Amino acid sequence: MSATTAMEVNAEARRILAVSISKLYASRTQRGGLRLHRSLLLSMVMRSARDIYHSSRECEELCGAPPTSEEAMETGPVEQTVQLPEPLTEPRQPAASAVEPPSEEPDSGDEGSDGELAEDKENMSPTRQSRKRRGKAAAAPDFLPSKRARLEPGEERHAALPTSCRAGAGESLAALSLNRVIPAF
Amino acid sequence: MAGPGGDMQWCFSQVKGAIDDDVAEADIISTVEFNHTGELLATGDKGGRVVIFQQEIENKNQPQFRSEYNVYSTFQSHEPEFDYLKSLEIEEKINKIRWLPQKNAAQFLLSTNDKTIKLWKISERDKRPEGYNLKEEDGRYKDPNTITGLRVPVLIPMDLMVEASPRRVFANAHTYHINSISVNSDDETYLSADDLRINLWNLEITDRSFNIVDIKPANMEELTEVITAAEFHPLQCNTFVYSSSKGTIRLCDMRASALCDKHSKLFEEPEDPSNRSFFSEIISSISDVKFSHNGRYMMTRDYLSVKIWDLNMENRPVETYQVHEYLRSKLCSLYENDCIFDKFECCWNGDDSVVMTGSYNNFFRMFDRGQRRDMTLEASRENSKPMQVLKPRKVCAGGKRKKDEISVDSLDFNKKILHTAWHPQDNIIAVATTNNLYIFQDKVN
Repeated sequence: MSATTAMEVNAEARRILAVSISKLYASRTQRGGLRLHRSLLLSMVMRSARDIYHSSRECEELCGAPPTSEEAMETGPVEQTVQLPEPLTEPRQPAASAVEPPSEEPDSGDEGSDGELAEDKENMSPTRQSRKRRGKAAAAPDFLPSKRARLEPGEERHAALPTSCRAGAGESLAALSLNRVIPAF
Repeated sequence: MAGPGGDMQWCFSQVKGAIDDDVAEADIISTVEFNHTGELLATGDKGGRVVIFQQEIENKNQPQFRSEYNVYSTFQSHEPEFDYLKSLEIEEKINKIRWLPQKNAAQFLLSTNDKTIKLWKISERDKRPEGYNLKEEDGRYKDPNTITGLRVPVLIPMDLMVEASPRRVFANAHTYHINSISVNSDDETYLSADDLRINLWNLEITDRSFNIVDIKPANMEELTEVITAAEFHPLQCNTFVYSSSKGTIRLCDMRASALCDKHSKLFEEPEDPSNRSFFSEIISSISDVKFSHNGRYMMTRDYLSVKIWDLNMENRPVETYQVHEYLRSKLCSLYENDCIFDKFECCWNGDDSVVMTGSYNNFFRMFDRGQRRDMTLEASRENSKPMQVLKPRKVCAGGKRKKDEISVDSLDFNKKILHTAWHPQDNIIAVATTNNLYIFQDKVN
């Protein structure tokens, strides 16, 4: 994945996250109080967007290399019918996933950029619950509340490993704030 | 929909509600429900009011007109409240209305907002007593010295007055927001469901209820799904179903145990991996579940489709109907404008052969199960001349737009039909737009 598409994915994930957070905060002032169902759905979307955001940031930093280095990525079927710009439309990973051969990655960024984005998002699976991300603890994105000090137990701050950009749905700085959404009830 | 005379055609009958485009929020209709005979039609709105329409005696002079629905009673069911403990306002919006089967001259219905269920008695008064001994006709007390005789007051006819009085208030049983109520076929009990719990009530007893389902996790951080709708089986008083935000439906048997956390059946369709998207979870959340009248099937509504399930088959629905598949590529925009959270309801016709649900642009959809046909109609003021036949509408998903088709981008997502109801015996339907109630009937050949 090129740095440009990672940036686009990054930007889209940020946008979705920003939209979601503003919805969450707006719902606090809604008449009738916080709606549990709506908050649950919002937090699911936010979780996915956050994971994609962090994945794409890592990829941005690490993956200047050609796509062949991403052998370890688990992917799903390519989204063929992206009619509108919807960069975050990405297939979820089944538990036993197939490895996408590097040859499927488009060579040029021009050819069906939507498809490319879709492929990239395949690579950034949000459902790797079991993998802890050992990424660099980047500065908190500006749209997140400043709760940087709280780390997940066991998470260490150290430099990103020089391996392929692993798609991890591991805990991140924002994890706690998301997990706190529901218990607010 | 082919009847004996060919395709069914729907005609405009009436529209209720204000005409101006400026909609007062209190007037937004939040629920619509026919009673068991179809003679009465109740609506609830965001302002906590209930309006009941009654079907008039058929007009013998014009047999092609079915009777019209006119206002029968209007009352304020719920008022806004404040929960001081949590510093939360409790909305007065009526979430659901359910009629009780009629047992005597009066009608009874249950109406609920987010926290409190009320049983209302609607009764007619067409006589009043006259000839009191101690009071004048205007109510003033007579001077006792002027009373010389004794008489029995008589009942004389008066103009019909319809009174609504709250007979029971079922309060303080729900921590979360009530989304469903359902009257049991035993005519004694009913259930109420919120996001995490379902309670069983006796209609006579207001100070206690039984908790029959509780899916609240010990640690709220582990919450993954909520209850979105619940309904009693129409014939088996021990059976009920509840749907979840994950797209599953659980059927429970109250004979199995006091707490029905363990389901008897779990209805779930595996997700189609090619349809997976970022918003998969939101669109698979079930917004409504309804048993068929015969009790053999149930219907669920999620954001894009209607599914019919055979109660004897848990692994997949027997029928799936796409309501507005052209929206699948628009989910991101629909998320931003909040439409993806809209909760559409669905309903069966009297003989369970046709199902109906709403969509955007004031469109509503009907699916004929037997004929495998579907139809899109529109509720609009433009098509509201008396007995005007509704022309089927078509949405153009992409490519060349034919004449009379509407492109997806022209759809008005502020005009949504969330609530629809079908007369239990006749082909009369009530369709609620934002603040208007449309009544359509099929063209009597």
